[in-house]
Amino acid sequence: MKPFRIGRLVKERVNRVWMTLWTVIIILTPVIIGGFLLWKSSMLLEENSLMKLLGSSEWKPLSGKFGFSPFIISSLWVTFLALIIAGPICILSALHLTYYAPSFFMKIVQPAIDILAGIPSVIYGVWGVVVIVPFISGHLAPVFNAETSGYSILAGGLVLSVMIIPFILNILIEIFNTIPVELREATLSLGVSNWITIRSVLLRKAFPGIISAIGLGLSRAFGETIAVLMVVGNVTHVPEGVFQPGYPLTALIANNYGEMLSIPLYDSALMLAALILFAIVVLFNLASRLIIIRYENKYR
Amino acid sequence: MRISTGNIFRLRKTWWRFEETFFRSLMIFSSMVIVGVLLLIIFSIMKTGIPALSFEMLTQTPKGGFYFGKEGGILNAIVGSAYLAVGATGLALSIGLPVAIFMNTWLLKHKKTVNIIRFILDLLWGVPSIIYGAIGFMIMIMLGLKTSLLAGIIVVGMFILPIMIRAIDEALKTSPSGLTEASLSLGSTKSELGFKVLAKQCFPGIITAVLLSFGRAIGDAASVLFTTGFTDNIPTSLTQPTATLPLSIFFQLTSPIPEVKNRAYAAAVVLTIIILLTSILSRVFSNRYKKHSIKF
Amino acid sequence: MENETKIRIENLNLSIGKSKILKDINVEIPKHKITVILGPSGCGKTTLLKSMNRLTDIYSDIRVSGKILIDGEDILHTDKDVTEIRKRMGLLSQRPYPLPMNIYKNIAFGLKISGRRKKRFLNKRIEHYLKQANLWNEVKDRLKEPAASLSIGQQQRLCLARGLAVDPDIILADEPTSALDPISSQEIEKKFTELKNGYTIVLVTHILRQAIRLADYVIFMYLGEVIEQGPAEQFFKSPQTEITKAYLKGSIN
Ligand SMILES: Nc1ncnc2c1ncn2[C@@H]1O[C@H](COP(=O)(O)OP(=O)(O)O)[C@@H](O)[C@H]1O
Ligand SMILES: [Mg+2]
Repeated sequence: MKPFRIGRLVKERVNRVWMTLWTVIIILTPVIIGGFLLWKSSMLLEENSLMKLLGSSEWKPLSGKFGFSPFIISSLWVTFLALIIAGPICILSALHLTYYAPSFFMKIVQPAIDILAGIPSVIYGVWGVVVIVPFISGHLAPVFNAETSGYSILAGGLVLSVMIIPFILNILIEIFNTIPVELREATLSLGVSNWITIRSVLLRKAFPGIISAIGLGLSRAFGETIAVLMVVGNVTHVPEGVFQPGYPLTALIANNYGEMLSIPLYDSALMLAALILFAIVVLFNLASRLIIIRYENKYR
Repeated sequence: MRISTGNIFRLRKTWWRFEETFFRSLMIFSSMVIVGVLLLIIFSIMKTGIPALSFEMLTQTPKGGFYFGKEGGILNAIVGSAYLAVGATGLALSIGLPVAIFMNTWLLKHKKTVNIIRFILDLLWGVPSIIYGAIGFMIMIMLGLKTSLLAGIIVVGMFILPIMIRAIDEALKTSPSGLTEASLSLGSTKSELGFKVLAKQCFPGIITAVLLSFGRAIGDAASVLFTTGFTDNIPTSLTQPTATLPLSIFFQLTSPIPEVKNRAYAAAVVLTIIILLTSILSRVFSNRYKKHSIKF
Repeated sequence: MENETKIRIENLNLSIGKSKILKDINVEIPKHKITVILGPSGCGKTTLLKSMNRLTDIYSDIRVSGKILIDGEDILHTDKDVTEIRKRMGLLSQRPYPLPMNIYKNIAFGLKISGRRKKRFLNKRIEHYLKQANLWNEVKDRLKEPAASLSIGQQQRLCLARGLAVDPDIILADEPTSALDPISSQEIEKKFTELKNGYTIVLVTHILRQAIRLADYVIFMYLGEVIEQGPAEQFFKSPQTEITKAYLKGSIN
């Protein structure tokens, strides 16, 4: 019996050590990623101030001019558009699914949401190219008297909005479900209608949750690469309207990284693009969660 | 003239009723839009892709190359994606399962630590896959490695690791604490508790996590963009470059040559069907296996 | 006037999905009295209470049949807006659920939906209802603080005040003291005995002693059925059925 017992305990120790190791590595990963990107982009940052890089719109890698504003502004455009479209749809649909829809309806919609969430980025891209882009150039743009190939900020925003809908929607449904039904019942008992209960009590209760769901959606949209790249046009300029093409940060990296290693400064610039991307994603993640924590301390 | 309180009240009630109807219609409309968009996406992928599908398409590698078109199919991408996704999922599972178990056994008492780990995992899952791809490529250059199946497996494995751990973690978290206590009081070690009791109890959850991660692994393009390369051949070893379905779509979709474009459409259908199957499978699995886990 | 009926329930059946939760309920609830619904947990007390308020409407898989007559009017089959029906009943739930607003607005909410908006009027009424719930002295200096900053006992009294502010004539209370400490519980109980002069109170409880202390009339439920009902004295002194006897002896929980 004795050797068996010792064997078990040794195994237990060993397991503990390497599991701890992996866990520590995982905890450190964000720092490692950030560090790597900072280190790689330091070459460019040493030669130019960050403010100048972010503010300038002159992008001429071969003559050493790296202005990031066309890319940042394009990224902001598509992300903003996506949120403007997806946000209200998600909030309304989440309310419908949690407070109005009969339960069989939820049984139909939940798989649809899951499938939408699972569809790969590149498939959304194909859909964008096959459906959205021609729709914009053929039907939408003429209405607004705009000239466009269809490959545009609007196409990027539309495709992106569909991609983040399942993501935001799932978070929202969860948030509305965590509000106790008793609060809803208590409010209804005062003699107000369903919608007024939602508007003046439940949405208020869920407000921080909604903000953070949107924040998380934003960071997801900001980092989305392939689908946007496929429909947004990729022209280096500061876009001035939704029918114009754009060139988001992610597309910049995807299109050029790997081929431009022969120009070290270019390489460094692309790593700076990745660093900006990483910083924004982390920032919005952190902020979204802090909002929730602060709120929870305030009420209950 | 004075408007009486009663009149204002009646007006307000009419307005409320209007609000109710208005927003309710908007809500129903929004839900419809979501379902409608899904159907539209699947319909348009199928509509463009199914005509391009043929026996040849699924069973041959490209014959005419990238720039010339000609016949041939997408077998290279199908097999490459299968290798890559299976490898990456396997890698992520072999790291992720122990870590998730670690969080739910050893660290059970350190709630704060576990919450921090969860937070960081969620954060990592939010990191765009292109960043994983870029960092992976950077490390490959530093180590003097070329684009290969192995590099792709490692990068994609790392990319899906957070979702794998969190999905398993969620499954383990829901296992009743009575089970943990009972098992420990029988004298089992924490590894036995984790790997034998919890892993079995949460088997459906683990399957779901694996399927979810597999779906992510096979569908992501940005993380393999720099790391796997692209080739018309089927890789015969881990060190060779490989094609994947997402990149096969991405590279060939904008080709002016119809044969090449068709490959992209066909690959899109294949990828969509794989994703649909994974989704359905994970539903079937989690429903079937739920019956075998103990309900408290 | 001694035994005027406020609520009469006739042949009420209620099922959730495939399971029958309430079976053929027939009860009469007297006006301006405390009626206690007694029974082991899971027997359907909460469900019965909520169906009086038509809160059962909001769940899509609940099916209700029968009649619930309030002052002779069947609230299950009426053209009246459901909000009108609910306004006549204040609900006090197992745990207090204050609205996510400050203390003042928690009471003002109910007044405003009844069309009252004038600041002076609101202030006066809010003071009145907070006094009625014995809360005024504790909160008069902190009306702008979030309601959630109150203790649980205070929150429950706030919920009572909030319910009273919509001017109901019935109070439905579902184990209102179960989350409270003994002293807060006592305050609520005392309040109920004062309020019964102006309100018809329906109180759900599974605490036998509370029932004995407060009840004028008792409805005893078991497994979704009403087993026995009657005036408190008669019910506790000479129960008619074996189940009731067993329950009163403490052998059913
Ligand atoms: N949403 C629901 N779905 C299914 N069954 C329910 C639901 N709510 C309550 N029940 C069932 O209805 C019965 C009565 O519940 P309830 O009225 O809460 O009992 P009580 O308040 O007497 O404890 C219980 O058996 C409970 O399991
Ligand atoms: Mg109850």
